[in-house]
Amino acid sequence: MGRIETAAGIPAGTHAAAGPDGAAPRGHLARLPWTAFSIIVVLVVVAVFAPLIAPHSATEQSLPDKLRPPAWQAGGSATHLLGTDLLGRDVLSRLVYGARVSLVVALSALVAGGGVGLALGILAGYVGGRLDGLIMRTVDATLTFPTILIALLLTVSLGQGLRTIVIAVTLIIWARFARIVRGEVLAVKTRDFVALARVHGCSHLRIMAVHIVPNVMNTFMVLLTLHIGFVIIVEASLSFLGAGIAPPTPSWGQMVADGRNHIASGWWLSVVPGTAILLVVLAFNLFGDWLRDWLDPRLRQV
Amino acid sequence: MSLLDVRDLHTQLHTRWGLVRAVDGVSFSLIAGETLGLVGESGSGKTMTALSILRLLPPETGRVVRGQVLLDGEDVLVKSEREMRAVRGRRISMILQDPQTSLNPVFTAGDQLVEALRLRPAAPTGQSLRQRAEDALRRVRVSAPEQRMRDYPHQMSGGMKQRVVGAIALAGEPHVLIADEPTTALDATIQLQYLTLLKEIQERTGLAMLFITHDFGIVARMCDRVAVMYAGRIVESGPVRAIFRAPGHPYTEALLASVPRMDASIERLPSIEGQPPALHRLPEGCRFAPRCGYADDRCRREYPPAFPVGPAHDASCWRVEPSRPSR
Repeated sequence: MGRIETAAGIPAGTHAAAGPDGAAPRGHLARLPWTAFSIIVVLVVVAVFAPLIAPHSATEQSLPDKLRPPAWQAGGSATHLLGTDLLGRDVLSRLVYGARVSLVVALSALVAGGGVGLALGILAGYVGGRLDGLIMRTVDATLTFPTILIALLLTVSLGQGLRTIVIAVTLIIWARFARIVRGEVLAVKTRDFVALARVHGCSHLRIMAVHIVPNVMNTFMVLLTLHIGFVIIVEASLSFLGAGIAPPTPSWGQMVADGRNHIASGWWLSVVPGTAILLVVLAFNLFGDWLRDWLDPRLRQV
Repeated sequence: MSLLDVRDLHTQLHTRWGLVRAVDGVSFSLIAGETLGLVGESGSGKTMTALSILRLLPPETGRVVRGQVLLDGEDVLVKSEREMRAVRGRRISMILQDPQTSLNPVFTAGDQLVEALRLRPAAPTGQSLRQRAEDALRRVRVSAPEQRMRDYPHQMSGGMKQRVVGAIALAGEPHVLIADEPTTALDATIQLQYLTLLKEIQERTGLAMLFITHDFGIVARMCDRVAVMYAGRIVESGPVRAIFRAPGHPYTEALLASVPRMDASIERLPSIEGQPPALHRLPEGCRFAPRCGYADDRCRREYPPAFPVGPAHDASCWRVEPSRPSR
């Protein structure tokens, strides 16, 4: 009830956003965070068309060209726009291919972990009782393990690779989704429309699918976008620790790690991939903010 | 024959304080076109009675332990959940108190109405389903239904929402409608409109209504008969006029006295002293005895049976025991 009342206050604020000049209220697309959105589009395009975009091979070494600075610095050249690393590989090309790793890991882990978390969260919240206890204690247990530790253990047992990272991240994030979704479901299911749906003859399954899911979607989508950043960082951390993507396949975290010992002589080795991580995570978070508002019918209409 | 016949209904709730007898032997019946008011304080078991009839008690905690709920002579308490789904909405439906939460905020009014209509057997599809939904809105006196169909709940006023809720509840053309304080959350003017609308629909369709309320003003306007509940039991039942004229139970008397009147000027509204008993620790005898000005030893010892005090008018109070000279 309290939720509704606070929510009811928001449209008033939205109308106020029309501006003092009396201009017509802008549509929701105008409020799209264009910077963040552009970064995401660039990331996706780059990841998909990596072979077409990368000027060089990402793995081919050329020792004579090692540690070339970026083009705009003294000693840099246009052939290697962002310079080269210790083994003479083109940093820009590695960054481009690294985007693939980040995106693939983020998407697969989120689809798997988010999906499992959503399903279990809804079941736990809606059914309640023993099932709720069982699922939520499993969530608690999962959340007590340090993220990196789980991932490292899995690497040891499953071996290094993309698959291991995806499994590790899935195992970690499903619990975060399940916990938050369950809380939302607990609030939604006490509302009268759920009881009334049963009065007009809905089955439990239908109520969960038709009435509960759309009401937690909003929260779920925001969690999803927030966790894209989280997953990219976990992947980067694991690769940084050497437990992630096996070299020579480039990954952003690994690139940061590689450059760490040469920060004085080749600052771009760590700073370039680090900046990429920063921008992408920031972009997804901003996008998530916008998505939350857009998904709320109370805020969408203007 | 009565449409709905509730016999000796007992519902228990398992709470952290122990077993609560929320409904403790409630019986009443409803015939077509009739409205029965179920009146009582908060926590007297009105809503639990309604939920027991619909078999919508909170799972895990609530359970009907005894009694029958005969709908057209069929006991709904022994039906399977699957069979219940065909009963709810089509033969018996419900409107709840708060229109703010009775509609799903993420769907338009039209979508929700269409969903309710679609769950009916032999439902049409597509365009004619939307047509039916518009008709349903028209029946609850919603103006410009084509436009309202596209509105989200937050775009509608409370009264409008409650009308949509009503349209959804009546979509399956039920024979019995349980209205659980449907106007409590509405403005006074809208309240009257809504009550008139319900009355009008009832006259047209012969709907039997179980009207749950704590407002005797609404009872006077809406109901043919009243059942007054106190601590899980019906303490008095009878025709509205008879109860207003001569309440047989001190609790009814006190409830009536606490309704403000326009024709008498009073300094202070009388109120009923004390609290209703905690349902997990009920007093032994009459449950109203601790708050009753007339209570004697016998009241505190023995629960009074229902004594007739007039035609079709019963009260559970020792004071109206026929053999006993009234004081």
